[in-house]
Amino acid sequence: MRLEYFQMVDRIIVHDMDARTIRMEGLVPDASPIFEGHFPGYPILPGVLMIETIAQAGGWLVLMHLRFAAMPFLLQVEKAKMRNFVSPGQRLETSAKLIHDGSGYAVIEGSIASEGKKVCDAEIRYRVVPFPSETLRETMFDTARRIGVPEEFLAHG
Amino acid sequence: MSSTFETVAGIIAETCDIEIDTIKTESHAINDLGIDSLDFLDVAFAIDKAFGIKMPLEQWTQEVNDGKAKTEEYFVLGNLCRHIDALVAAKKA
Repeated sequence: MRLEYFQMVDRIIVHDMDARTIRMEGLVPDASPIFEGHFPGYPILPGVLMIETIAQAGGWLVLMHLRFAAMPFLLQVEKAKMRNFVSPGQRLETSAKLIHDGSGYAVIEGSIASEGKKVCDAEIRYRVVPFPSETLRETMFDTARRIGVPEEFLAHG
Repeated sequence: MSSTFETVAGIIAETCDIEIDTIKTESHAINDLGIDSLDFLDVAFAIDKAFGIKMPLEQWTQEVNDGKAKTEEYFVLGNLCRHIDALVAAKKA
C-alpha cells in the first residue's frame, strides 16, 4: 500500500470471473504521514481508507468483468461498517463480489479481513463510464499488470 | 401480484422518500417527482433487481442526447413501465 497515492491494494490473490469475485491483499505501511495525524500516539488506518480499499478491490473486479472497456468511479457507499481498528504493519485481505452489472453503473459487496477478523464491510456502487483520459487509461493498465491482472483481461487495450 | 406500475411506484416511494399517493403513471420522474440522477440510479438498481432485467440506461440516455427520443419516453412512469414490461417479455422469450 502507498497511502499517500491512494494505492490501497498490492496484488490479486485470487479471482473467479464466473462467480464474479476477487480477493486482494495489501500491507499497511509501518509509517505514513497519515498516521502522524490519525492519531498522535495511537496510529490507526482511517475508516474512509478502509472503504476506499474495498472500493478499489471492487473496482478492479468491475474493470476485469468489463475487460477494461470502461472505468468505474465511486458513486455511493452503502451499509459501511468499521468493525475493528487497523494498525500500521497489518496485512489486509479484501474480498469483493459483483452483485449487479447495470447499464452505466455497477454494484459490489466487499469486506476486509485481517488476522482472522473482519474489519470492515460495505456495499459500493460505481458509475461506469468510458475512460475520460488516455493518461488514466494507460496508468490503469500499468497498475493492472503490477497487481497481477492476467494479460487476457488487457488484450483489448 | 403487483402490477409493474405498483412495483415501480413502491420502489420510488421507498428509495426517494416520496409519498406514494403523489406518484402517478403520468408523473415525470425528474420534472414532477424531482428525482435526481443519483437517486434515479438507486431506483434503476432496485427495478433491475425486482424484475431481473438490465434497463439499458446508457442507450436511452444516448437516444435523448441525440434527439432521437424525448425524456418523456423513458422518465414518464407509464412509459417507463411499458419499457420494463417489454424487457421482461424479451427476457422470457
